Formats: sequence, C-alpha cells, structure tokens
Amino acid sequence: MSIFRMRISALLAACVVAAGLAGCANVTTDKAPSASTGGTQAVARSVTVYAAASLKSPFTEIASEFEAANPGTKVTLNFAGSSTLVSQITQGAPADVFASADSRNMAELSAAGLIDGTPINFATNVLTIAVPSADPALISSFTELAKPGIRVVICAPQVPCGSATEKLEKATGTTLKPVSEESSVTDVLGKITSGEADAGLVYVTDVKTAGDKVKGIFFSESNQAANTYPIATVGSSKNKELANAFIGVVTGSEGKKVLGDAGFGTP
Amino acid sequence: MTPVLVPRKKAWRGSKTSRRNTGYPGVPQWVFALAAAGGLFVLLPLAAMVSRVNWGQFIPLITSESSLMALGLSLRTSATSTVLCIVFGVPLALVLSRASFPGQRLLRAFVLLPLVLPPVVGGIALLYTFGRRGLLGRSLELAGIQIAFSTTAVILAQTFVALPFLVVSLDGALRTAGTKYEAVAATLGARPTTVLRRVSIPLVLPGLASGAVLSFARCLGEFGATLTFAGSLQGVTRTLPLEIYLQRETDADAAVALSLVLVAVAVAVVGLSFRRSRALAPEAGSE
Repeated sequence: MSIFRMRISALLAACVVAAGLAGCANVTTDKAPSASTGGTQAVARSVTVYAAASLKSPFTEIASEFEAANPGTKVTLNFAGSSTLVSQITQGAPADVFASADSRNMAELSAAGLIDGTPINFATNVLTIAVPSADPALISSFTELAKPGIRVVICAPQVPCGSATEKLEKATGTTLKPVSEESSVTDVLGKITSGEADAGLVYVTDVKTAGDKVKGIFFSESNQAANTYPIATVGSSKNKELANAFIGVVTGSEGKKVLGDAGFGTP
Repeated sequence: MTPVLVPRKKAWRGSKTSRRNTGYPGVPQWVFALAAAGGLFVLLPLAAMVSRVNWGQFIPLITSESSLMALGLSLRTSATSTVLCIVFGVPLALVLSRASFPGQRLLRAFVLLPLVLPPVVGGIALLYTFGRRGLLGRSLELAGIQIAFSTTAVILAQTFVALPFLVVSLDGALRTAGTKYEAVAATLGARPTTVLRRVSIPLVLPGLASGAVLSFARCLGEFGATLTFAGSLQGVTRTLPLEIYLQRETDADAAVALSLVLVAVAVAVVGLSFRRSRALAPEAGSE
C-alpha cells in the first residue's frame, strides 16, 4: 500500500511542479511590458503596440522616431492579423495600443470592454489588382479578372481583404472564380510573387512592400471598398499616458507622412 | 502492489511473460512524477479545448457544408497519400535496410529530412519543383498538366511530409527482424521476390501497419506545406486544418468544434492501429 501512497504523492508533486510553472509564466508575462531596456537604475518607460500586419513598415518607422523623440522610451511592436491580435488581447496579452486593419475587429474589442475611449480612424487602404511583373496578365479592370483562363487568387470572405473583395464583386456585378481563397493577404501576395497565380487582389500597400516582383493595376471601383484603420488605447494598459502619446504621433502630421509614403490614404 | 502498470506492459508487448517474476523493482518513483507532468502537459490543452466546445451548436457546426467538404477532402487525400507512402516507402525502407551501396547513409539522411524540416519549407521546396516556374512544373505545364491549386498538390504535399514516417518505422522493423528467415527461405530455393512477399513483408507487417497509420495521421494534420504550395479552395484544396485556420478568423466556436473532430479522427486511427498491431504482434514477434 505504501507504494500506492507514494504514487499519489508523486502525482501531487507533479501537480505542484505544473502549478509552479504556470505561476512563473504569469509573473513573466506581467513583467514583460514594463521590463527595462538597458537594465540600469533609470528604468525605461515602455509601451507595447499591437498592430495589424499591414502596418509593419510604417509603424516600425514611427516607433523608432518616437523612441528618438522620447529618450529612455522603448516601443515594443507586435504585428499579426487583426483578429489574431483581438483574441490575444482578449486572453490577457499585455498590449497598451491596438491598431486594427478594420473597424469590425476594433468593435469586437470595444464590445469586450477592453478599449479606452473612442477609437480614432487614422488611415485607409484600398485593394488593387496585383500581377507578377515577370509575366503580367493582360488585365486593366476589375471585371477582366473574371475572364476565363486567368488564375485569380483572392482572400477568403472571412478575413478583411476578402470581405472587401466581396463588396467589389457586388459593386461591379462581377463573379470571380478564384483558384484559391487564402486566409491572409500575404498568402495571396506569395502566390503572385512566385508566379503561381496570374493575378490577385491585395492592398495597395502590399504592392509597395513587394517591390518590383509585383505590379499593381489601379481600378476605379477600388474606393468603394476602402478599409478604415482605427487605433485606440487598450483598457487594461498600465502605461496609458505613453500609449496616448504614441497614438498622438500616429494620428499627427508625422504619422500621416509615414503612412502616406507607405501607400495608405487618409480617412 | 506494483502490478497497476504491469498488465499494461503485458498488453503492449503482447507476450505472456510478466515482469512480476523477474525481481526487477520497476521504474523509480521520481520517474512517475515527471511522467505525470509530461502526460498532463499533453492532456491539459486537449481538456481545455474540449471545455470550450459550444455543445449546443456542435452538430450544426460540424455538419455545415464547408466542414463536411473539408473533412471529406482530408480523408480522401490522406488515404491516397498513405497509399503513395506505402508504394514508395516500402521499397525505400528495403533498400536502406537490406541493400548496401555507396551513398546509402546519405540517402537515408535525405529521405528523413522532411521529418525535421518545417512544413512551410517543404511547401516552398515543392513549389520550386512542381510550381508553374518550377524544375518539373515548367515541362508539366507545357504538357497541359497543372499541379498548383489542385487536389494533386495537396496529395504531393502530404506524401512529402509523411513518407519519412513510414520509412523510419519499417526500416526499424526490418533491422529488428534480421535476415535469418530470409536466408533460410533463399537456401530453400525461393526467389528474391518470393522471399520478399512470403517472408520479409509478413515479418514486418506490424511495423508497416504502424508506419502507415503514422503517415496517415501526419497527412491528416498537414497544414504548412499545403498552405504554401496548394492554396485554399473549398472542396479542392481546403483540408480540415486549413478550414480550422480560416474559421478561427471569424467563428471561434466552429474552429474549436472542427478541431475536436480532427482530434477524434486521430484518436480513432491511432486506437485502431494499436489494436491491429497487437493482433499482429504474436505472429511476427517471435524471438
């Protein structure tokens, strides 16, 4: 019987170990956002920004400008799909600022009571036709994407770029027959840069990022499905002052210039 | 009262001799503690997922058109890929374990590479091989065969990542079985093909079965290579893992429900294989 008891105690020990690990994990995540950068006595102030993947290059630039303008401040950036960021913040991720690629995901976080005040719309983005520059398909309008023999890749309707595509199909009375409906705009872009697809619908800003591998083709209806990007302070933030300062820079003239250079429009 | 675990051992080994009589005290107690922690680490996330299932909506969620199409496609492609794994994996394992030729070790290392390769890397490699501008894709395209964005691409991706699982299990089984019986059969006048068919394969059948099951399970879970190489279109290339990934964007309940379906299928497949390999074990497990 003693062995039986020992086995129980072993199991308990294991539980204690597991609980201990969980405890440690909690501590580290709580500390992470306020961790100092240099490690000296002057504890740096830090702000953690969760932003939509499409904001990667302008926000990286804005963050370094912000750090330069506010010595001793550290901006931690986390880029992912807006819905992924929403679920991370809902699960308790330590974000101070949230910048979404669409109002729907911002609304979801607001509904969960995790947003401070009213979100500010700071940028817009429109879809464009993208073709591989090495072997561009002969397309000059949205309706021509439905031509037979053209392999078109779009976003699935569940993601923001896909719902914008759906809107454009309705507005132009076109029914696209895509060979693939990807779950992110970067996957659409990947299929075009590799030359697998003849054409695809991506954001104007993606074409800028992709460089000369991809050619963008403007079409006049694109404005009818513009995405608006809202930004807001996360309600559980412990650095609201710094968070608001960062939002101020993004929505201010400096931010507008950087975003404009990246291809974003103004709301 | 050690026997709590002993009967299990018996079942696993499928042998009649128990360790109870050998006088060996068994596993040290601290090993149990670590094993329990390891077990918890695997089981806890699964339990957490089950606790999030919206049972009221479970049936409608998993029987929606997109879910059923994704499940059907996953089962079809995984079955086809497993057959391909057997067709090419058995000869590979035989060549690696029974033959000897220059470069054999190098070949083994390369065949097993997809085991340790991130699937997305596999997808990129496949793209540069079978893609439109790929090594073989260019000629295939001229011959009128388009692989990208087709179900064939899904099967290629799955076979690529699953093949090493079959080769590894079978290679191990062949080495353990040894060549005694094959040598005897050969001295009795059996031709190599007869030896292979009547002696070698029956001898390693449990290894082959478990290898095939592992391959099937790996095919079922394939995500990265498929996403990179095949695309995602309902009924054509959107397998269950891709459907889960997409549903997660808007409908967490659907994603969790479908994840549970995938877990159930995987558990059923693995459970079935253990029963089968146990049934086969005494035949081949002769010492």
